[in-house]
Amino acid sequence: MSKADDIILIGGSAGSYNLIVAIIESLPSYFLYAIVVIIHRNPKFTTRIEDTLAARLHRPIIQAGDKTIVSKNMIYFAVPGYHLLVEPDRTFSLDNSEQIQFSRPSIDVLFETAAETYGKRCTAFLLSGANKDGTDGIRMVKKMGGNTFAQSPDEALMRTMPENAIRANQEINILTDQEIISYFRNLR
Amino acid sequence: MAKLSVSYISFIELQEIVDLLGNVSGYDLSGYSKSSLKRRIQRVLDLERMDVVDLKNAITNIEGFQTYLMNEVTVNVTEMFRDPRYYAALRSDVFPYLQTYPQLKFWSAGCSTGEEVYSLAILLMESGLYDRSFIYGTDINGNVLESARKAIYPLKKIKVYSENYNASGSRGSLSDYYTAMYEAAIVNTEVRKNILFSQHNLAADYIFNEFQFISCRNVLIYFDMELQNKVFNLFYNSLAEFGFLCLGSKETLLNRDIMSNFKVINKEFNIYQKIR
Ligand SMILES: C[S@@+](CC[C@H](N)C(=O)[O-])C[C@H]1O[C@@H](n2cnc3c(N)ncnc32)[C@H](O)[C@@H]1O
Repeated sequence: MSKADDIILIGGSAGSYNLIVAIIESLPSYFLYAIVVIIHRNPKFTTRIEDTLAARLHRPIIQAGDKTIVSKNMIYFAVPGYHLLVEPDRTFSLDNSEQIQFSRPSIDVLFETAAETYGKRCTAFLLSGANKDGTDGIRMVKKMGGNTFAQSPDEALMRTMPENAIRANQEINILTDQEIISYFRNLR
Repeated sequence: MAKLSVSYISFIELQEIVDLLGNVSGYDLSGYSKSSLKRRIQRVLDLERMDVVDLKNAITNIEGFQTYLMNEVTVNVTEMFRDPRYYAALRSDVFPYLQTYPQLKFWSAGCSTGEEVYSLAILLMESGLYDRSFIYGTDINGNVLESARKAIYPLKKIKVYSENYNASGSRGSLSDYYTAMYEAAIVNTEVRKNILFSQHNLAADYIFNEFQFISCRNVLIYFDMELQNKVFNLFYNSLAEFGFLCLGSKETLLNRDIMSNFKVINKEFNIYQKIR
């Protein structure tokens, strides 16, 4: 598998589950990006959407493991209980340090480290959630030249997370659920 | 030297700090994962309200700062019976094999504040193996070893540890193994008796004993592939024939050259046995 030149990050929390499933279902069978999904979930809870989705969609959807190469045409999920980071050599690493914004994995940590490595070839989506994780991450993605998108707070089940990011980042693009889904449907 | 605004460290500056620390102290951070290390150093800059120049000055000029920095950079989060099913796997997949040995040496590498070592001791007691066992707990960080030796944990944490213990499938109660004081609990002496904590740096690569069992969990994630491979070699050389290497759920030997010398005992928890 070859390293991806472009990365798309999707950060979600409470209320983002259905949209994330819809996004993954709408993806074409081949695309040049690495897609990384990070959702806040309880580490003691063992149900794994990635397994269910992988079985249903007949494609690999895997947990981003320590030192795994960030590869094209792959969908990764952050493991619960650990921060997920992108290293400058385009591998993932895990880290068990303090929670950020009461979260581990923290969306900020993934977005910030991915932005530093991928620069303008990093794209980030922030979806529904009840906390403020992701705002700093979006700021960093933007600062490094990447594209940033927020789910419209009016459509989000929990508006706090996208709303907070929008307030702090004037340049973020606000999209409806349908626009988000068609963005992913049209990926190449 | 308090600064008003936050100062951000770049990867180039990070490399300078790593080089400097390597030159003036015995601490070699060159094999640590870069993004994770950079966040840890950034955290120290924020805490101390320093910029990179201040940090370099402190490393060279302030007595004790190098050790302080190392202690702050390492991540010490741990729990008793962390990942309870890992302990269940030890009980079912590893301990039966160890029953045949007259003497057993265990090494918990990167043991932090000692919880993993005491969990292991309790599990060994419950399997009737502890009287023949000795556990070495090592870490690079002297502060956490100090706490490990004290074996005193806040009751708030003990509550979580008890839940873990129960989830690990043990039949007793964690309270059988500690004595509660006001806000804290101390691990009982019969659990603490066959244990030695000492400082050891995995990156400096030396063997200090031969073991039937090595556990190293949530430590290798902080290392890059090269250092990980070096440490795997160290473990291989420190294991007796048919000894066990236990890496936990996130760190794996799969796809590494050294794997050909091991057999997989438990895939989910990355438990391996040295076979040649
Ligand atoms: C997150 S703790 C893991 C504790 C325990 N094994 C567990 O899984 O709960 C990681 C430990 O590794 C230690 N460590 C980091 N670098 C090390 C090195 N080069 N040599 C030895 N220990 C190291 C840290 O000081 C820290 O206490």
